[in-house]
Amino acid sequence: MTIVRISDDALARAGGADKLAAAFEKKGCEVHRTSSWGMHWLEPLVEIDGEGFGPATLDDVDAILDGKSDKSIGTIEDHPFIATQTRITFKRAGKTRPLSLEDYEATGGWAGLKRARQIGSEAIVEEVKHSGLRGRGGAGFPTGIKWDTVMKAPGPQKYIVCNADEGDSGTFADRMAMEGDPFALIEGMAIAGEAVGANQGYIYLRSEYPDAIRKLNAALELCEDIITPFKCEVRVGAGAYVCGEETSLLNSLEGKRGEVRAKPPLPALEGFLGKPTVVNNVLSLQAVPHILTEGGAEQYKNAGFGRSRGTMPIQLAGNIKHGGLYEVGFGITLDDLVNKIGGGTASGRPVKAVQVGGPLGAYIHPDQFDIEFDYETYTAAEALIGHGGVTVFDDSADMLEMARFAMEFCSVESCGKCTPCRIGAVRGVEILDRIKAGGRERDVIELAPQMHNTKKDSGRDAGDEIGLLTDLCETMKFGSLCALGGFTPYPVMSALRQWPEDFTRNPELVKQALPEAAE
Amino acid sequence: MSEKSELLGEIIARHHHREGPLLPILNDVQAELGCVDAESEALIAKGLNLSRADVHGTVSFYHDYKIKADPRPVVQVCRAEACKARGVERIIDKATAAAGERVKIETVYCLGLCSAGPAARTGDDLHIRLDEAGITKLVENA
Ligand SMILES: Cc1cc2nc3c(=O)[nH]c(=O)nc-3n(C[C@H](O)[C@H](O)[C@H](O)COP(=O)(O)O)c2cc1C
Ligand code: SF4
Ligand code: FES
Repeated sequence: MTIVRISDDALARAGGADKLAAAFEKKGCEVHRTSSWGMHWLEPLVEIDGEGFGPATLDDVDAILDGKSDKSIGTIEDHPFIATQTRITFKRAGKTRPLSLEDYEATGGWAGLKRARQIGSEAIVEEVKHSGLRGRGGAGFPTGIKWDTVMKAPGPQKYIVCNADEGDSGTFADRMAMEGDPFALIEGMAIAGEAVGANQGYIYLRSEYPDAIRKLNAALELCEDIITPFKCEVRVGAGAYVCGEETSLLNSLEGKRGEVRAKPPLPALEGFLGKPTVVNNVLSLQAVPHILTEGGAEQYKNAGFGRSRGTMPIQLAGNIKHGGLYEVGFGITLDDLVNKIGGGTASGRPVKAVQVGGPLGAYIHPDQFDIEFDYETYTAAEALIGHGGVTVFDDSADMLEMARFAMEFCSVESCGKCTPCRIGAVRGVEILDRIKAGGRERDVIELAPQMHNTKKDSGRDAGDEIGLLTDLCETMKFGSLCALGGFTPYPVMSALRQWPEDFTRNPELVKQALPEAAE
Repeated sequence: MSEKSELLGEIIARHHHREGPLLPILNDVQAELGCVDAESEALIAKGLNLSRADVHGTVSFYHDYKIKADPRPVVQVCRAEACKARGVERIIDKATAAAGERVKIETVYCLGLCSAGPAARTGDDLHIRLDEAGITKLVENA
């Protein structure tokens, strides 16, 4: 019987994979629902004997079975998008059935946990340190050092919390990992538990991911006996971007408002319910089972660049021809990512801007596309790797609108704890509206003779408003408690600096307001 | 006992033993009643031995919890960056027009389908690569 492989990933399903699978079954084929290869422009992708056909529709079924389809992409593993990757975290992507314990074990599943149990906590932490793994949630903090702190923290009750809130737009690697290889995440958490002496884990999963919630719950049930005495539970969020920030997440998990906590105390010492807690991103934990296999740490470390070791699952999103998941060692340039691998824009128009690192990341101009993917290099360029999202815009993008959206998003999602963010973001939207309008006239109050300090001239031009915006961004950057308020200025200012013509008809005004942009 | 307090009692009992039971309870109440209203807040507060202010503080923080149930079908449309880059702002007016008063169009920020937007969600169903015709059909069938 012909075996047909079709992904049951949420994106493939949204593209019609379920109906397609049913159609092949009706034709007498045995259909295996696997994880997604990550070539999203080809989803739903149909695989028969290693050959891929996509994007497939119901009309293609007969032709595919008759060997006459013009949707063939040849052998999937040889496709340049796949062949040029270094897949470690996503080594099972496209190859296994997400909820099959049999598939998981046959591809090396649970080997890391078994070995971890043999070598004991200090050796586990040592290996994670050696691998050079840094947190993939955004901040890039060395995972081994975090675990070391929790391991050494006194206390009988500790927790492992997986941050699966993936709120950044333009990112979906956590979702794909959870849907496509849920046992690997659970194994990673169990290893973390072994390392620091925690027997309870929580996966804080955003409510926008119904498929991931269902799959992880099912996976947890299936492997309960394997991970025991470690226990783990899925907790579903309630629609708040800021709950991806680790201390806000912990408050939310405790049933409180998702307000950010001041640090210290570090969650590693006083986390969930005040107990020592490891908070790690999905991808950080997902990388752990491989690192813990014999020789895995060394292998992981060797794929990398500078102080960024290992691989990064990069997410190619937005207006890009070949969008999807691209896992590769650090050091790759944006030019390679966007133009070579991504094939340029989906619309066929020129690339105008790329936002890396989600809604808090800077907009990068094609002039800077030689920048290498590396935490330190990006930081030096006032940009952000974050969770590895790369969102491409063509020349129809209006950068003033994007800057305004950054402020609007911050105002909607602010936790409200500190003023620069809670009020600043609202003011930011207003200022950008005034810049768009070309400034504003003096109002009645300002013109009243009693108001001795106000200017009585004809009003404020766009240049004055741009000066005010720059000031506001300085205040938000340095006065906010967390990166939501603190990093929102990056997309705003990077847009203003590099595309002044989108903000005002007289870009000279921007140059005057921003002396450093003059050269 | 009213039907509602019975249902709430059931939901509270379902999660009471958990560490941090409030969000799981609120999620279930929202799912089953379509809202978390003042009466539910009071019942939950009593059941968990919290003050009503504590419960209301949590409820009012999260976008998913509504004070009043809205009987209309909902279409959630992603309007975050990657979907903007793929043209959601150019089709949103069509969706609003098709929705009229009958369907509620809700803005969400990212459904994790960013390489294949514009994306939308109805219930637990996801939709990608929406154009004007696609989103109109989606709204009409909601
Ligand atoms: C506003 C904000 C949102 C965040 N959202 C996420 C998120 O969705 N997922 C995540 O893993 N980390 C997120 N982080 C980073 C976390 O605070 C934290 O650094 C991370 O979970 C630590 O895990 P890691 O070391 O494995 O990266 C966010 C941070 C901020 C300030
Ligand atoms: S910066 Fe914004 S989100 Fe962060 S703590 Fe302050 S108010 Fe909350
Ligand atoms: S930005 Fe729309 S789905 Fe991610």
